[in-house]
Amino acid sequence: METLERIIAEHPFFAGLDDSFVNLMVSCASNLRFKAGSYILREGDTANTFYLVREGKVAIEIRAPQRKPIIVSTLSVGEILGWSWLLSPFEWKFDARAADDVRAIALDGKCLRTKCEENHDLGYEVLKRFARIMEERLEATRLQLLDLYAVK
Amino acid sequence: MIMATAITTDPMLPQPYSVREVAKETPDTFTLRLEPENAVNKSMFQPGQFSMLWVFGVGELPISISGDPALQDRLLYTVRSVGQATHALVNRGVGDGVGVRGPFGTGWPLEAARGRDVIVVAGGIGLAPLRPLIYQVLRNRKDYGRLVILYGGRSPRDLLYRKELAAWARHRETQVLVTVDYGGLNWRGHVGVVTTLFKYSRLQPARSVAMICGPEIMMRFVTRELETLGLSRDDIYLSMERNMKCAVGFCGHCQYGPHFICKDGPVFRYPQIRNLLEKYEL
Repeated sequence: METLERIIAEHPFFAGLDDSFVNLMVSCASNLRFKAGSYILREGDTANTFYLVREGKVAIEIRAPQRKPIIVSTLSVGEILGWSWLLSPFEWKFDARAADDVRAIALDGKCLRTKCEENHDLGYEVLKRFARIMEERLEATRLQLLDLYAVK
Repeated sequence: MIMATAITTDPMLPQPYSVREVAKETPDTFTLRLEPENAVNKSMFQPGQFSMLWVFGVGELPISISGDPALQDRLLYTVRSVGQATHALVNRGVGDGVGVRGPFGTGWPLEAARGRDVIVVAGGIGLAPLRPLIYQVLRNRKDYGRLVILYGGRSPRDLLYRKELAAWARHRETQVLVTVDYGGLNWRGHVGVVTTLFKYSRLQPARSVAMICGPEIMMRFVTRELETLGLSRDDIYLSMERNMKCAVGFCGHCQYGPHFICKDGPVFRYPQIRNLLEKYEL
């Protein structure tokens, strides 16, 4: 069975970061389970955590008045969920719902944020990693907006 | 080199076929099963090739063959009703006549894929020209490595061959991942563009051949993703689409740089057309 330490240490997001920092992240990480249909985070709530999805699928949703929520994208095994803890005002901008039973590792974003303020080298490394994730998702969103399969 | 199959009859002369079945795939897409009125006609085609279908009195259309190449007594075409001629075609009734020219063009490189993993990336109706290839790989399973099918559609109701996708996923050494751009709350699959599926696929780039068909913008981004993952450009094949008329390289309607899509394609090895894909004017 994979240990929490090993999963975090081997995840590409943490690759190349200082061991002492990775150990710190491990020490305040926790394994969580979310039942299908339950919400992992809600728009407007304080964002102090981010998640590494280990199993299942997470739907990123936006709620709309007088209609059902709209699924913007899904995240699955190995992906990072949540970056609003990194940027002021530290509030979630979307909902994230477990589309099926989800296992995830919760990581302490607030602790990481504090460490990044104290150590700008670390802060730069963390920002680079999140910039990569943001770039991938922005590119995917742009393609999605093109509505490529529609009749032109 | 991708070889086109020689046509034995006059390539400009449509052969009489009859509609035997029209199956609704999505609200605007239908699969027609055609059988030759003349028993001499056999549907010898390579996966990836296309035919010109005459709807008499309306017009002629290039349509990829989407059926099983092992079933030579029939031809299947999956057609999206988007204009006058396609609308007339999908509204043919059982027993109605359709003229068929072809098959034309190059097919998917099944020989180059032998002994290797096959990555199929399809978007929208682009799954139709890839379906004969999937049939061929599944029928000759031991000749190929893993089969990875990545398919993106607009919404769940726009996905083609949903039952078959589920059935293909049950084959050994076969992974099928489907995503949609817009998923309702009842959709249990992925939501996002097809390129987001690569991170869930278990690829072995050094021993893989990729075959791609879909909107050209999608194919550009897929080829970039495949190169980033380590696939050699020489192992990437794309099926291209342009307006066609004669289908045999006479008229020039489908000219694409130095190529005619109808006879040099529609399936191209990526390096053949890579510089053209980057040209704004084309």
